[in-house]
Amino acid sequence: MRKWLCLLLAMFILAAAIPLAGCGESKSEEPYKIGALFAVTGGNAPLGEPEEQTVKMMEDEINENGGINGHPVDVIVYNYESDAVKCATYAEKLITEDKVVAIIGPTGTGDSLAIVDACRDAEIPLISCAAGVSIVTPTETNDKHWIFTTPQLSVMVVQRLYEYLGDQGITKIALLTDTLGFGKDGKANLNGQAAAYGITITADQTYGATDADMLTQITLIKNSSPQAIVCWGTSPGPAIVARNMTTLSMTDIPLFGSHGIAFQSFITAAGASANGVIFPCGKLPIVNDLPDSDPQKDLLTEYRDAFNAKYGNGTANTFGGHAYDALSIVVAALKNAVEETPEKINSSDDTLQTVRGKIRDYVETKVNSTGFPETGGFPGTAGVFNMSAENHNGLAMSCLVMVKIVDGKWTLVVE
Amino acid sequence: MTTEVFLQSLVSGLTQGCIYALIGLGFTIIFSVTGIINFAQGEFVMLGGMLSYFLAKSAGLSIFPALIVSIIIAMLIGAVLYLMAIRTARKASVVSLIIITIGAAIFIRGIAGELWGADPVAPPYFTGDGSISVLGASIQFQALWIVGVTLAVSIVLHLFFSYTMIGKALKASAMNRTAAGLVGVNTRTMSLVAFTLAAALGALGGVVIAPLSLTSYNVGAMLGLKGFVASSIGGFRSHIVTILGGIALGIAESLTIALNWGPFTSAYKEAIALVVLLLILLMRSRKLSQEERES
Repeated sequence: MRKWLCLLLAMFILAAAIPLAGCGESKSEEPYKIGALFAVTGGNAPLGEPEEQTVKMMEDEINENGGINGHPVDVIVYNYESDAVKCATYAEKLITEDKVVAIIGPTGTGDSLAIVDACRDAEIPLISCAAGVSIVTPTETNDKHWIFTTPQLSVMVVQRLYEYLGDQGITKIALLTDTLGFGKDGKANLNGQAAAYGITITADQTYGATDADMLTQITLIKNSSPQAIVCWGTSPGPAIVARNMTTLSMTDIPLFGSHGIAFQSFITAAGASANGVIFPCGKLPIVNDLPDSDPQKDLLTEYRDAFNAKYGNGTANTFGGHAYDALSIVVAALKNAVEETPEKINSSDDTLQTVRGKIRDYVETKVNSTGFPETGGFPGTAGVFNMSAENHNGLAMSCLVMVKIVDGKWTLVVE
Repeated sequence: MTTEVFLQSLVSGLTQGCIYALIGLGFTIIFSVTGIINFAQGEFVMLGGMLSYFLAKSAGLSIFPALIVSIIIAMLIGAVLYLMAIRTARKASVVSLIIITIGAAIFIRGIAGELWGADPVAPPYFTGDGSISVLGASIQFQALWIVGVTLAVSIVLHLFFSYTMIGKALKASAMNRTAAGLVGVNTRTMSLVAFTLAAALGALGGVVIAPLSLTSYNVGAMLGLKGFVASSIGGFRSHIVTILGGIALGIAESLTIALNWGPFTSAYKEAIALVVLLLILLMRSRKLSQEERES
């Protein structure tokens, strides 16, 4: 009986080996393997979905145009469902099983923090798509040597907003933030930096994800008589706030939002109430208003049009752009700093480790005005990157603009 | 707290509470007839809202036909859920059946996300976006619809359970399944009716709330939790206590915001439902263990 079992087992193993061997032979060229972690479903889905779509689109485009230095690229995307624990598991899988050369993503700040230590230990570059400054701030246990991030940091976005409010002579504001990660981060930043900009916070309210209305909070805010309301959250919260302010006929108090409302769906959902809302944001929504001299204009137009053509008009947004930047940076590193072929990388762990190190060094030392002197840095959708050993985000305040919604359309606020 | 803030929070709380009540009723009806906690209940709220939006937008229906069609589709899905997932596994333990409903919830949410994308949507208001002002508090027309619909549903349900044969049979199955079976009530059909009815209530809640709160494919879980708390206040048995419990929960949340003092601020609002749930579970578990000892 045991003999039979052994024989059966042997047959299974043989049967399993044959297609594998065949597969190996038939494949003409092995690809570079890049890992990606996005929250395609769950709470962060409105951000993670365009990120995934963006890298799929770029992968196809790169491979149709002959790949990187003649080698195809394979972007291995895992949807971690907005769950930090799953995110950590998939990161481990990308590092040890898939043996990718670099990881782009994750979508959220908390999820990024959940994997920075794993990336440090494995010595693999991580190009995050989340805006929390803590991702790239060195700590006692993690010097963030291997960690980079592409969006404009939340700190900068708040500073940009406060500068604008100062110019408008607004010093008393009320906060209305959501109770999820994005809103909490904004709340802490808005409170933390208010004093430095001479801003007084008259009311500090929050709202939950399933609230039917925020009339109570807004009434409290109204009674604290601020000059403006700042609502920090992602859809649908801010849209309800805008609509409720119309209901309470608060036309004399302007509503300011965050870059979290830079979605077409905010305008659709808030309807006429969206008009007049002002928010700090990257340049993608108002690319048509940019002067031709802007170093990002061509790239932004190209990305927006390609995305809209593939996934439907008006769907391109700044969040997909962060994934575009992260993947572009890794592709540039592979193109310019890596001479090892994918076959060599995929077959030897030592080579893989060397290549991971080369990519990291390239991002830190060349994704800036040294590597791209004619544009004054690496042009991306979020801004012109100037990475350095001290700054693993590399964006300047000038990459943020103030956007105002006029007649249901984004327009650039001229300052 | 000014009168204006107090009244405004009462109005908001009542609106929100009515939705919790409608969702809670679904839990109560299914539990009392089948002994199952249907964790997919929140998904029917999502389905109601999303279907009404897409029927109104893509199929060009006006909102009232869209409302009716949404509810009918949700009822069909509720019936299919029962027939395919619950009835086929009827020999399994109650715990397994509850886990099946969790699976169904994830399935429905996943399909909805694939079909309709992740962006939140706003179906049209039933009767415009106007509001009336009462002593400084604004009441949106849609809020009036929500309260009105909840009131109407409460009355219709009461009549249904008291005066129709099928309603009485449902009530009998809830009181004692075996005895109801002995006097000729088809308890399996009653389970089907319970699932369909609960789906209709959830979807109705979803359709009336969506113009105010907006909706997206993933709102079901959180709303389901609030409805679950409302139902647990009613001990998963009493319809009227479930309705009142839901409304009380909504108002408690809203008053927490209005108080705006110490721990009673908007930041802690979401915790109310969970605290209530914990208290109920503590009280019930004591009562249950007492009952066990006595028997």
